[in-house]
Amino acid sequence: MTLVVTVNGVRHERAVEPRLLLSDFLRHELGLTGTHVGCEHGVCGACTVLVEGEAVRSCLMFAVQVDGHDVTTVEGLSDGSEGGGGGDALHPLQAAFREAHGLQCGFCTPGVLMTLVPFLREHPDPDERAIREALSGNLCRCTGYQNIVAAVRLVCGAPAPAPPSPRA
Amino acid sequence: MVPPPPPPPPRARSGIGERVRRNEDARLLTGRALFVDDVRLDGLLHVAFLRSQHAHARLTSVDASAARGRPGVVAAYTAADLGDYWRPGPLLVPPPPIAGLVFNACTQVPLAKDKLRHVGEPIAMVVAESRYLAEDALDDIVVEADSLPAVVDLEAALAPEAPRVHEHLSSNLAAHAVQRKGDYARAKARAHAVIERRFRYDRGASAAIENRAVAAHWDPRAEELTVWDTTQAPIPIRNGLAQLLGLLESQVRVVAPFVGGGFGPKIMMFYPEEVLVPWAAVRLGRPVKWTEDRQENFFATTQERGQIHDAELAVAQDGKILGVKDVFLHDTGAYDPYGLTVPINSQCTLLGPYDIPSYESEFTAVFTNKTIVTPVRGAGRQHGVFVIERLLDFAAKQLGIDRTEIRRRNLLRPDQFPFNNEILFQDSAPLTYDSGDYEPALDEALQAIDYARFVREEQPRLRAGGRHVGIGVVCYVEGTGIGPYEGARVTVEPSGRVRLATGVGTQGQGHFTVFAQIVAEVLGVDVTDVHVITGDTREFHWGTGTFASRGAVVAGSACHAAAVAVRAKVLELASRELEAAPADLVLAGGRVHLRSNPGGGITLGSLALKANPLRGAVRPGTEPGLEATAYFGPDRGSTANGVHAMVVEVDPETAQVEIKRYVVVHDCGRVINPMLVEGQIHGGVAHGIGNAFYEQLVYDDEGQLLNASFMDYLLPTATDVPSVDITHRETPSPLNPMGVKGVGEAGAIPTGALFAQAVEDALGDSGLEICEIPLSPNRLFELMSAARTRGVRSR
Repeated sequence: MTLVVTVNGVRHERAVEPRLLLSDFLRHELGLTGTHVGCEHGVCGACTVLVEGEAVRSCLMFAVQVDGHDVTTVEGLSDGSEGGGGGDALHPLQAAFREAHGLQCGFCTPGVLMTLVPFLREHPDPDERAIREALSGNLCRCTGYQNIVAAVRLVCGAPAPAPPSPRA
Repeated sequence: MVPPPPPPPPRARSGIGERVRRNEDARLLTGRALFVDDVRLDGLLHVAFLRSQHAHARLTSVDASAARGRPGVVAAYTAADLGDYWRPGPLLVPPPPIAGLVFNACTQVPLAKDKLRHVGEPIAMVVAESRYLAEDALDDIVVEADSLPAVVDLEAALAPEAPRVHEHLSSNLAAHAVQRKGDYARAKARAHAVIERRFRYDRGASAAIENRAVAAHWDPRAEELTVWDTTQAPIPIRNGLAQLLGLLESQVRVVAPFVGGGFGPKIMMFYPEEVLVPWAAVRLGRPVKWTEDRQENFFATTQERGQIHDAELAVAQDGKILGVKDVFLHDTGAYDPYGLTVPINSQCTLLGPYDIPSYESEFTAVFTNKTIVTPVRGAGRQHGVFVIERLLDFAAKQLGIDRTEIRRRNLLRPDQFPFNNEILFQDSAPLTYDSGDYEPALDEALQAIDYARFVREEQPRLRAGGRHVGIGVVCYVEGTGIGPYEGARVTVEPSGRVRLATGVGTQGQGHFTVFAQIVAEVLGVDVTDVHVITGDTREFHWGTGTFASRGAVVAGSACHAAAVAVRAKVLELASRELEAAPADLVLAGGRVHLRSNPGGGITLGSLALKANPLRGAVRPGTEPGLEATAYFGPDRGSTANGVHAMVVEVDPETAQVEIKRYVVVHDCGRVINPMLVEGQIHGGVAHGIGNAFYEQLVYDDEGQLLNASFMDYLLPTATDVPSVDITHRETPSPLNPMGVKGVGEAGAIPTGALFAQAVEDALGDSGLEICEIPLSPNRLFELMSAARTRGVRSR
C-alpha cells in the first residue's frame, strides 16, 4: 500500500506492507530511531509518538493508519543542533529533564517526553498527583520516576525540587 | 608562630562531589543516542528464534527445511547445522575455594540438541530479509519432542525420584557449600532464646525497558568483525567471540553503545544469541541483527531470586546476637554459567552491619526447568538482608526490645574496622568490611522518619481512629567494587579537550559524567570538556565489565590514576616551557600558569601540541603526547551500608499498601555526584518495591511461566512509587585513592525486609508474620486471613 505521511514536518510517500507497525516504519523505514520499542504490546509507553498532536503508542498502530496524518517523534521536539555542551536548542521539557536528572539509561525517555508534551499543553500547572497519573502509562526501570516528576515541576515553573539533605 | 594555612587550591568547575548535570543527556533526550537496535547497515538481515514451548522434554527431531524454502528466508539453522561451533558456553565465574565445596558446572548451549531444559530455550534460528519474514518462517519448522515431567519446586527437585534436568548427574544438585565462623552449636547452647523461621523469596524479572539485541557485521576487506551488543561486558564478549570464531582478538570489535538498562542479566555472557548472530554474519557475509522482543525477554533473559531459607538466630537476653545458622536452597535454573555468585552473596550479606560471633551457613543450589539464574540488581544480597532483618524483628518482639534498639546493640563499632567476617566473598577474597560508621546512620534515619514520635504519638492516635499504619526500619551492607581490575586512557588533545576511554560500558549510570568529573578535577578542566568513550573495544580493550556496583570504584579509580599521570606530564612539560619548578605551577581552567602570574601561562591544548612535535629532536625516553593509561585493581571489595525506613498504611479490606514516607540514609564513601547517586537509589528503591509487592514470575507445576507480559507482570508505575528522602553519609574507603564505594544496587537490597516489617507493624497485633517476598495484595490478603483464622482458633 502507498502511505503518505508528514513526520516532523517532512512529507514521506512510501510503499508499505499493511502489517508494518508504525513503530517499525518510523524506526526502520524512516530511520527515526529516537522512538524506542520496549514491549510491543502497548504497556511500557517507550514508543509513544504524537499523531495530530495526541500521544499514541506506535507499536499498537499500523503505519497505514497514519496515512494523510501528521506525526511528531522525539526528533521533532527540538532541532537537536546542540552538541554535548550547554547550548539552548533543547525543548524546555528536554532541558528540564537534563537539569533535574530525569533520565538515566534514556531508553524510556523519548516516550515519556512525547506523553508529557500534550499533557502539559492541556495541564500547564499540574500538581504532583496529576503528573504521576499522566506518567502512569510509561514504565521506567531506572529513575523511580522521582526526578521525572521533578523535571515536570521544573518546566512548569514550580519551585525546584527540595534541596538535598545536608551531608553528614 | 603557626603560618596561616595556604589558600585552598583552585577547584575545577564541576569537580568531584558536585551536582553536575550529565554530559550524555542531550544525545539521549533528542533521540540521537545509538542503541543496538538502531544500528542500520546495508543488506542487513534479521533473525528470529524458534524457542522451546516445553519446560522439559526430549528433543527427537527438528526439521527446518520448509523454512529454508520460504521466500525471503536466507538461512535456517538447527543444532545439527552448527557443526563444531556447537559447544556449551563458558563457566563465567569459577566458584571460590571453599573447603568441601561441590559444584557441578552445566552451561547453556547455543541451540538445543537432544533435550529441552526450559521454556524459551532456543531450538532453531531463522535469518531472513526482514524480522516479519523471519517470524513467519518459524511456523514452518517442525519440532518433535517428548514431554518430560518438569522440575519446578526447589525441595521436590532434590527428591530421589525427581526427574533430572541434566541426566549425566546423579541428582539436580548444582552445588553445595558450607561456610562457618566461630562455633554456632556452642552459641546456641548458651542462648537465652533461639528464633527459628522459614523464609521464601521468589523470582522476578530484571525488566530493563530495552530488551537484549545483537548486531554483527563481517568486513571481508578489513577482515574484521564488528558486533554491537547490549552487554554489560563488551571486552570479555570480544575475547570470547575471537576464540570461538578463530579470529585474533584485534579482529573483533565489540561495541556496547547506549544500553537501555542492564540490572545484571546483560552481564551474563554468551547468551545463545550472542554466539549465533556473529557466526551467522561471518558465514553469510552479510550483516545480521537480532532484537529480543518482550515475550522472549521473559523466557530467555536470565532471572533471579528463588531461595528458601531455614534460619535460626541465637540471642542473649539483652538482644545481643550470639550466632546465626542458615540452611538454604537456591534455584539456579536450567544451567549455572554464573557459578555461585548469587548464593554466596546471600550467604555473605546475611551478616549485615552486625557483630555476629558465630555463623553457620549451608546452601544447596538446585537445577530446575526454569530460565537460567544470574545476578539481578542486588544479586542475592536481598535474601541475606531479608533473613537477618526478619530474625531480628522476631527476636525483638519475643524479647520485648524495640526493633531499632536490638539493631543498635549489635551494630559494628567504628573501631572494629577493618572487620574480618572469616568467610569468603564472591570474589574469593575474605569477607572483610573496609570501613563504616553504622550507628549514626541508624540515628539519622530514625530522626528523618521521626521514629520515636511516630511510635509514641502518631501511630496510637491513627490506630485509635481505625487506621492501619506501620513503620519499618532496616539496616544493610553491600559488598561493592570488587576486582579484578579496570583501566582507562586519558589524552589531552590539541584543542585542549580531554578524551577519556575506558572499557566499562554504561547502562544509564552516568559514566560520561562521573568519569569526566574525576578527570576534570585532576586536570583542571571543565567537565563538559572531557569526552568519555566507554564500551568500545577498539577504544579500550582491557577490563571486565559493569557489575557488582563497581564502575565508579574500579573504573573510576583507573580514570583517576590515568588523569594523575597525565597531570604529571602536563606539569613537567609546562615547567620546561615556563621555566619554573612544577611546585610553582597551577593547573586550572584549562591552562597552566605560574602561581605568581595567574594571567599568563600556557593552555593545555598548546602543551598537547608541543608534546607531539613534527620536527626536531626530543629528549631520550620521551613519550609523545599528553596521554597516559592506568589500571586499578583493588585487593578486595569495599563495603557500603545504609538504613532504609518507611511508613505505610494498609487497607485491611483490599490489602493495598500505601507508602506514606520513604527515607534512605546511606554511605557509599566519597560521593562523586550526589545527584546521580540519588538517582541510583531512587531507581533501586523502585525496583525493590516492585520486588516486594508487585513483581513475581509465576511458574506452574509444568514449568510454564504464566505471566510473561507487562500486562500480567506488574512493574511499579509512577503512582506506585513514593518520593524518597535521601541523606548521604561519607565514610571513605581506604581501598582506593578517592575513597569511593559502590551504590548501583544499594537501593534495591533492603526493600523487601523493610516492606515486610512495616506492613506487619501496620497490622498490629493480628499475629501476622511475613516470611516471604514478593507479596501482592492477593498474597497479603491470604496471609492476613490465615493469621485471623489462627487467632480465632487459639482463642
